[in-house]
Amino acid sequence: MTPRDYLQLALFLGILAAVSPPLGRYIHHVLEGGRTWLHPLLGPVERLIYTAGGVDPDRDHPWQRYAACLLGFTLAGFCLTFGVLLFQDVLPLNPQHFPAPSWDLALNTAVSFVTNTNWQAYGGETAMSHLSQMVALTYQNFVSAAVGMAACMAVARGIARAEAQGIGNFWTDLVRATLYVLLPLCVPGALLLVGQGMVQTFAASFAAVTPEGAIQTIAVGPVASQVIIKMLGTNGGGFFNANAAHPFENPTAVADFIQMLAIFLLPGSLVFTLGAAVRRPRHAWTVWGVMAAVFLAGALLTAHFEYRGTPAMAQAVAATSGSPSASAPAPAAASVPAPIPAPVPNMEGKEVRFGVFASSLFATVTTDASCGAVNAMHDSLTPLGGLVTLLNMQLGEIIFGGVGSGLYGMVLFVILTVFLAGLMVGRTPDYLGKRIEGREVTLAVAALLLPALPLLGFTALAAVGWGPTALGNAGAHGFSELLYAYTSSAQNNGSAFAGLAANSPVFNLTTAAAMLIGRFGVMLPMLAVAGSLAARRPRPVTDASFPVEGATFALLLTSVILIVGALTYLPALSLGPIVEHLQMLEGRLY
Amino acid sequence: MKRTRPLPHDPALYRRATVDAFRKLDPRILARNPVMFVVGAGSLLTTAAFAHDLVLHGWSARTAFGGQISLWLWATVLFANFAEALAEGRGKAQADTLRNARRDTPALRLRDAGVTEEVSASALLPGDLVVVEAGRMIPADGTVMEGAAAVDESAITGESAPVVRESGGDRSAVTGGTTVLSDRLVIRVTQEPGKSFLDRMIALVEGAERQKTPNEIALNILLAGLTIVFLLAVVTLKPFALFHGANLGVVVLVALLVCLIPTTIGGLLAAIGIAGMDRLLRRNVLAMSGRAVEAAGDVDVLLLDKTGTITLGNRMAADFVPLPGVDRAELVRAALLASSGDETPEGRSIVDLARQQGGETGEASRSTLSALSPLPGGSGQATRIPFTAQTRMSGIDLPDRQLRKGAADAVLAWVDGLAFPGMSNQDAAARREEAHRAADAIASRGGTPLVVASTVAGVLGVIHLKDVVKPGMRDRFERIRAMGIRTVMITGDNRLTAKAIAAEAGVDDFLAEAKPEDKLHLIADLQKGGRLVAMSGDGTNDAPALAQSDVGLVMNTGTQAAREAGNMIDLDSDPTKLIEIVEIGKQLLITRGALTTFSVSNDVAKYFAIIPALFAASLPQLGALDLMRLSSPESAVLSAVIFNALIIVALIPLALRGVRYRPRGTAQALRANLLVYGLGGLVAPFVGIKCIDLLITALGLV
Repeated sequence: MTPRDYLQLALFLGILAAVSPPLGRYIHHVLEGGRTWLHPLLGPVERLIYTAGGVDPDRDHPWQRYAACLLGFTLAGFCLTFGVLLFQDVLPLNPQHFPAPSWDLALNTAVSFVTNTNWQAYGGETAMSHLSQMVALTYQNFVSAAVGMAACMAVARGIARAEAQGIGNFWTDLVRATLYVLLPLCVPGALLLVGQGMVQTFAASFAAVTPEGAIQTIAVGPVASQVIIKMLGTNGGGFFNANAAHPFENPTAVADFIQMLAIFLLPGSLVFTLGAAVRRPRHAWTVWGVMAAVFLAGALLTAHFEYRGTPAMAQAVAATSGSPSASAPAPAAASVPAPIPAPVPNMEGKEVRFGVFASSLFATVTTDASCGAVNAMHDSLTPLGGLVTLLNMQLGEIIFGGVGSGLYGMVLFVILTVFLAGLMVGRTPDYLGKRIEGREVTLAVAALLLPALPLLGFTALAAVGWGPTALGNAGAHGFSELLYAYTSSAQNNGSAFAGLAANSPVFNLTTAAAMLIGRFGVMLPMLAVAGSLAARRPRPVTDASFPVEGATFALLLTSVILIVGALTYLPALSLGPIVEHLQMLEGRLY
Repeated sequence: MKRTRPLPHDPALYRRATVDAFRKLDPRILARNPVMFVVGAGSLLTTAAFAHDLVLHGWSARTAFGGQISLWLWATVLFANFAEALAEGRGKAQADTLRNARRDTPALRLRDAGVTEEVSASALLPGDLVVVEAGRMIPADGTVMEGAAAVDESAITGESAPVVRESGGDRSAVTGGTTVLSDRLVIRVTQEPGKSFLDRMIALVEGAERQKTPNEIALNILLAGLTIVFLLAVVTLKPFALFHGANLGVVVLVALLVCLIPTTIGGLLAAIGIAGMDRLLRRNVLAMSGRAVEAAGDVDVLLLDKTGTITLGNRMAADFVPLPGVDRAELVRAALLASSGDETPEGRSIVDLARQQGGETGEASRSTLSALSPLPGGSGQATRIPFTAQTRMSGIDLPDRQLRKGAADAVLAWVDGLAFPGMSNQDAAARREEAHRAADAIASRGGTPLVVASTVAGVLGVIHLKDVVKPGMRDRFERIRAMGIRTVMITGDNRLTAKAIAAEAGVDDFLAEAKPEDKLHLIADLQKGGRLVAMSGDGTNDAPALAQSDVGLVMNTGTQAAREAGNMIDLDSDPTKLIEIVEIGKQLLITRGALTTFSVSNDVAKYFAIIPALFAASLPQLGALDLMRLSSPESAVLSAVIFNALIIVALIPLALRGVRYRPRGTAQALRANLLVYGLGGLVAPFVGIKCIDLLITALGLV
């Protein structure tokens, strides 16, 4: 890594650390009904929505009602998206006359967008009409993120409240999150991206004459407005199939940097929303610190492996250039009998404009957060670079994670940590004064187990069933491709490893099931935990309480994440990227 | 905390536990422990695979491997069963002793007309009156209605010195199975047949009624959840391997599963809980539920009665304060004489102190005083005036003068009525004023002032009586504070006195002029703030507060009502034991947490041992993960399984004894425990598996 890489990483984390706390407090303020300078403008809109929807914004709901509203809303959104996709050919706003997708692809896509996954088994610009893009991508990009934020706020309330029946009102949370958080961030964000040269037009495409004289149709569209929400909402569904590697979707290094910040912005800030709700900023910093540390480790490892490249590349370069390497210190190399070729950075599948580091950083960011937008092909990462992206997702998308889902997923690990190690201070475990008992543990275990079930289960079935025929590669790499597909869908990431013919009924249906289980199998148990904790009478947090802030707790939380979260997947990872790496060192490639 | 024997040394206990370990293989019993149930099912699977191989292929290296794995898997289950059985063993032995006391004795039931009839004790119903003569066993739990007697309660408490039981007051409860040594008691039966204290005690110590505590239930759920997660990881490994063209056998898969699931804590969890109850029992405390033991670890506030718990029962003379111009020796002598007729404990303590301080004056001892040998200052007869509640003074009338000692206002009023030759009225008033100030000064420091005066010199000075804090209490409260627990002293004294004693004893807070209902309100208020409260008590008027508290420790000497209300009974009737109980509760929770942490962090090493071994043939490159450089794939798997089984045995003493508990800050305790059990749990299996690998390879077992 070069000094410039370190500088970029430091700048990235620095900006994030500076912006997240105030934004987190702001989110807490507006979701709890506080007024801002936006209210004169948006307040009437908010009230209009409540009146139109027949919602009493002051009514507090118990968790069951909250969850029912959330599920109802999601189901309605699913039906809308599914219907629009299914009848895309007859519906308006289809200038390119795209046919309707198959029912299983439509189902998969609709599930994908309502679960904030944005797994795309199709190419955006060659399959979706404008209406489909607007409903599926633009609308769902907003509301699936708002739903995540709402659920996260409900969980924060559950921890903060004492002897309360309710955990908030879903409709109010949804509307406020959209109006006062997502919209105000998107408008200037999109303008910033347009300023970097990102395309924003209602035209569908234009024709260009190539140097060879051929006519090329170049797709354009309202890209910037969609890109900003795809990043802020950790959705990741690209306007173009090439996603953030496409020059119109990621025109400059600055645009690339802004997009990465946008991915981590809300998940990082929501940590401080929790901190504000429970009035414990130090706890928020500790959790944020754990996220930042695991992210940093992942980014540095990926960059390291990508810079080191593969032995085969190094040999190939050495063979063509005739000298070991220009960068290797020549006198030392001369004394070595059989010179080991100097490492050649792995540029396969990377956009040359971004290079190794920006691509590695983007890959880490997009898999840590459940975004799934990509600016490089993850299939072409070195085996261990790919391992980091897989592991990031398998930890449960909690290293910043998805908007809302990242934090409530992290709260799950905090609860597990408190429960596993909390007894060691000689008291029954409590999280910020709320006792963790059988009910919470049962729910936490369910939230831990449910995403693992489709992830490992479907990978296993696919490995001996429908998988091998769909694979582009054999052996360990092929296994990684399968594992990646079900990891990405079950953890609601949505990025693709590629190399896999994923648009078949069996893949569409299994990944759809994985996405649903992965999303609601964590969200619903965590809402139930919130309901249960809200009703608890807190015991005072004193010096004798288990400390959930500071270095000791940070270390503990990290260990639990790694031991409980990662060890579950270690056998699978050993048979994918790990063995691929070891075979690569022996010169065996796929 | 007293160190107790680490393990019972009775070989019979071990024999019994070994038999029970096999008996607990019953799937219905095993099913109560999900982790061990999975290990049991796995053992069955590998044994079947071993038998299948043996029949089809005969004896070979492969079958030998399968056989050894099966053997060690069964051993894992048996070791866990043994730990639980050993923990139960002590209680069972004690239950047998108690059963001997529960003989069906004939009882003399009192009928309406005062005639008695002999019935079987098991026929007694609540409300029956029975007569128990000296030398007979009390047939049932009850309350003494008439009489007072010395009762031998050693059958229950193990304490051979008899105790007095009498009607009325706080010493009226008697327990069935104890023996009246003297006199005669009429007892009203309070128990239902078959539900005596002894019956409950037997059930409790035997563990027959043992119910899992809330935290234990939650931990069991988590362990079951982790087991399912790892089951999923291992089951899916089979098709993953098939994708790579490797076919994994059932033996290695079960071995991997058993190594990954939390067998260490799963196997020891029940034993830890039982051992915690047993530790209380060894201190003669009966916990009526495991929940109470757990709550003891959680206690935030300790309510302690001042008298008898923090202070010795009575006030003692601590100092003599002469007024200006009065010779100290004269005051001491006057106090001694004036107290000679005072038989109250306070009076006796004055005499004792005066003898110590006035010894050099050759002053008469108590016995010479009572013989009324030549008294100083005169040669005539002396009359002692005893202390009464009316006069609130005691004294002595000598031929030449009278001496009085007593409550400040009473003595000053007495002095007020006297005339002193050679002393102006102003002077006399000034001296009284002086005495007032001295008395107030003592009162403000929490003491009780007694004024001493004579008819010759007026007020001589003041005696400082104070409550004496039991030795060592300050240190104990220091330790409690280190655990983050607040102590509140409850007393009927006024605020000033209470404050001074609270400061001297080192308690955090106090409740002065407390009535029984104040205690109840205080507990309810503390609980509303989310705090857990522990208290001890014995009287009937303590019962509501005991019932309200989270940990209510009742003295065995207490009334039947109090014993019903509390959730722990101290057979030694020592209220300060509450402090030890809290420590035992904390120790129990820490032991559970430490072994959970140890068990979970063990997993890391086992992955690195087994995964490369599983794929040694099909994906030999994974050998790079074999950090321990184990000698062969078979040895790697077997070593991990053996380590997994032996670690349970190795930790049985720790589970039964509990981890060493030291009162210290939370953060400090957490760091220390993490270092030992977290880091230790990470490192230990790497070392252990390598050692076992070297050993079994040297022995040629694989």
